Formats: sequence, C-alpha cells, structure tokens
Amino acid sequence: MAAPAHTIITFNNVVKQFGRFIALRGVSLDLSAGKLYAILGENGAGKTTLLRVLAGLAQPTRGTVSMLGTSDLRTVTREIGYMAHPSMLYDELSARENLHYFAALYGISKEDRCASLIQTVGLDPALSRPVGQYSQGMRQRLSLARALIHDPKILLLDEPFSNVDVRSAREIASLLGQLRDSGKTLLVITHQSDLLAEVANDQVWMERGRIVTPEERE
Amino acid sequence: MSVLRLTTATLAKDFRLEWRSKDALNSMLFFALLVVVIFSFSFDPNAEESRRIAGGLVWVAFLFSSVVALNQTWAREVRNQVLDAYRISPAPSNALFLAKVIGNFLFVALIELLTTPLFIAFYKLRAVGPAWQLFPVAALGTWALVVNGTFFAAVSIRTRSREIMLPLLLFPISIPAIIAMVSATTAILTAEYSARFWIVLLLTYDVIFTVACLLLFETVLNAE
Repeated sequence: MAAPAHTIITFNNVVKQFGRFIALRGVSLDLSAGKLYAILGENGAGKTTLLRVLAGLAQPTRGTVSMLGTSDLRTVTREIGYMAHPSMLYDELSARENLHYFAALYGISKEDRCASLIQTVGLDPALSRPVGQYSQGMRQRLSLARALIHDPKILLLDEPFSNVDVRSAREIASLLGQLRDSGKTLLVITHQSDLLAEVANDQVWMERGRIVTPEERE
Repeated sequence: MSVLRLTTATLAKDFRLEWRSKDALNSMLFFALLVVVIFSFSFDPNAEESRRIAGGLVWVAFLFSSVVALNQTWAREVRNQVLDAYRISPAPSNALFLAKVIGNFLFVALIELLTTPLFIAFYKLRAVGPAWQLFPVAALGTWALVVNGTFFAAVSIRTRSREIMLPLLLFPISIPAIIAMVSATTAILTAEYSARFWIVLLLTYDVIFTVACLLLFETVLNAE
C-alpha cells in the first residue's frame, strides 16, 4: 500500500541486531507530519532502539529508514531533536551555558534564543547553579530545551516523564501538545500513556522488537 | 559551519568544565610531582649522570601523567550520553577532535611548565647544548603524546576497562616518538650529538599521526 502523501518518516522492514540479540524484528511503519505519537511497550520491547535508529545513532542491520524524503539520515540531522533517557547535559555547567554550547553545534549564536527556551520549558533563565544540582524534573525540562534549541521539525523523546512529579509531567505533556500544534512531529516513548492521552494523535505499541496492533496485544 | 568556531566553542566549554572540576589538572600535577620525588629518592646521580638520564625520566613522567588527562577527556562526554548530542548535530567531528587535542596539549604543557623547575632543581640540570631547542622538542613531543592519546582514548571510550586499554594502545604506537623525545632531550642536555635529526623525526611523526587521526576520527566517533 502506498504511503500517505504527508508521511514524514518511513520504516521499511527494519531489523537491528546487537550481536545475537535482535532489538528490532522487521519494523515497518509510516508516520505522518504534525502528529504526536506515543510509543508504548514494556522494557526491552525495542522502543529506544527505534528512536536511536531514527536519530542516526544506530544503523539498521537490515531494512531502510527514510525521513523527510531521504534515507541518508545524516543529511537531515538539523531537522531532528533528540532527548534521550540520560540528560545529555554537562553537570558542571549552568542551564544557559549548556544551551549556548549546544546552540553553537548548530551554528546558532543568539543569546535570546537560549533564554526564551529556558523560559518556555518552565525554568528560570537567571538560574546560575550547575545542572548537577538540579532536580530530575528540572533536568528533564532542560533536556527538552536542548532538543528544541535548533527548532527541529521532528522531536524524538525517550521517557520525558520519568522520575518527574505529576504536576511537572502534566506541564511537560501540555508543552508537547503545543509543540505538536505548532506543526512539529513528535515521537514520545513513555510508560505513562495516560499523561499523553489528551495530546497524542496515535499510539504505536511494541513488543519484542515488533510493532503490534491492539488486536495482537489482546 | 566553521570548524574554527566550533573548535573554539568546544575548547572554551572544556576549559570551563576543567576549571570547575579540576579533575585532570589535579591528578596530573599530583602524579608528576610524585614521579619527580620518587625518582630523586631512587637515584642520586652526579651532574654528568643526571644529564644522561634526565631526558628519559622527564618524558616518562610526562607520558604517565598525560594518560590521566587523556582518560578524563572523553569520560565527561560519555557521562549523561552528551557525546550523542554531538553525534546527532551537523557539527563536524574534526572540530571536536581538534578541541580535545588542543585542550589536552595545553593541560599537559601547563603541568610540564610547573614540574620542569622541580626536575632542574632535584637533578641539578644544566644544558650543555643549545637550550632553546628544548622548546620545540617539548612542544612536538607533547603534541605527539596528546594527538595519539586523544585518538586512542576515543577508541577505548566504550570498552569496559578503558583506563587499562588506553596505555595498552597508546604506549606501543608512541615508541618512535618517545625515542625521539628522549634522544633529542639527552642530545641537548649533553651536547654529545646533534638533536636536529630527532626533532625532524618528531615533526614528521606529528604530521603523519595528526593527519591519520583527523581522517579516522569520524569513523571512531560514530562507531556503535
């Protein structure tokens, strides 16, 4: 079946093997632009590997992934924002110093961009203490700001609500909804699907490296 | 995207991190001082003997203490998976490598500046040959250590015992450079032969390995 016209990401029979362990077993999937997808499944289902393949951090053993019309993902890195389970931040630097450095990696040198992003995720731009002294919730927010620094079209978020209190988690979920509404495509791995219930357009369930339908799960 | 601008940004970030943690500098300085003191207790040479063995002692001390800094280089980037943020960005990998090499070069050079007066005092050193040649030997020798060291520290970054893996990879490949550094230093201190050949050898070694490391670094960085 031909993919819909507005498809932005296509997995075509993707297999990813780590030695003898098969993390992805022939994943085929079409994802549309401007939607928020909740990626759900138990630990070890292959969710993180799926995002790492998309981010270009892991190469598929077999099969192809195309994004924004190209299968050479290195050429579209500017359009991807990736938030991993670890913070991907320097503990010794402040929020602003961290964002300045990551902005420089994308050739962005605007001071106000960093400050406004820190505010967008609900942190204080004047906060000068190092990230190592932040709570887990504050780190998650800053990590999200880092992923957004270059205004990417596609956001890949790996468990943005983990170890975050309920109020902060709801605020982050609401922010994800706003990002979706602004036209971005989001893939969000979570074990707390209820948090995304109001903002997710679709759910992708994974089990042992495969995409499963609701019928298959039952 | 400018390699120079990114190298500068990464270098500034690394200096800030080191200024706040002082992980590498403190351990390097402590290690180098320890070597100076232990060697001075172990040997009691006269001035002539000192000139013959000082080249070897100095460079062995710098080699071992530089390994401490080199191990720290990538440890920071692996913590919290920060290196992945660099990998998924459009920033050229060579900017990261160059920043790490220059940073390590400056850290090791600082330790050399601080410990060399102690070597001179403990071993009553005085160069018989042209002392100014010690500067190019120190610069080229230090570059040889850090360019390979930074590269092999990146190679061993994902291994379980990277502290052991780095010397195992670095020391054998550094043998030609170490021979050249020690021979050049001894030549300058004793004036028994010219250091010119060894300086040219060091320069050639530096050029070859800098180019090779720059060409191979992207593959190492993106290895899974």
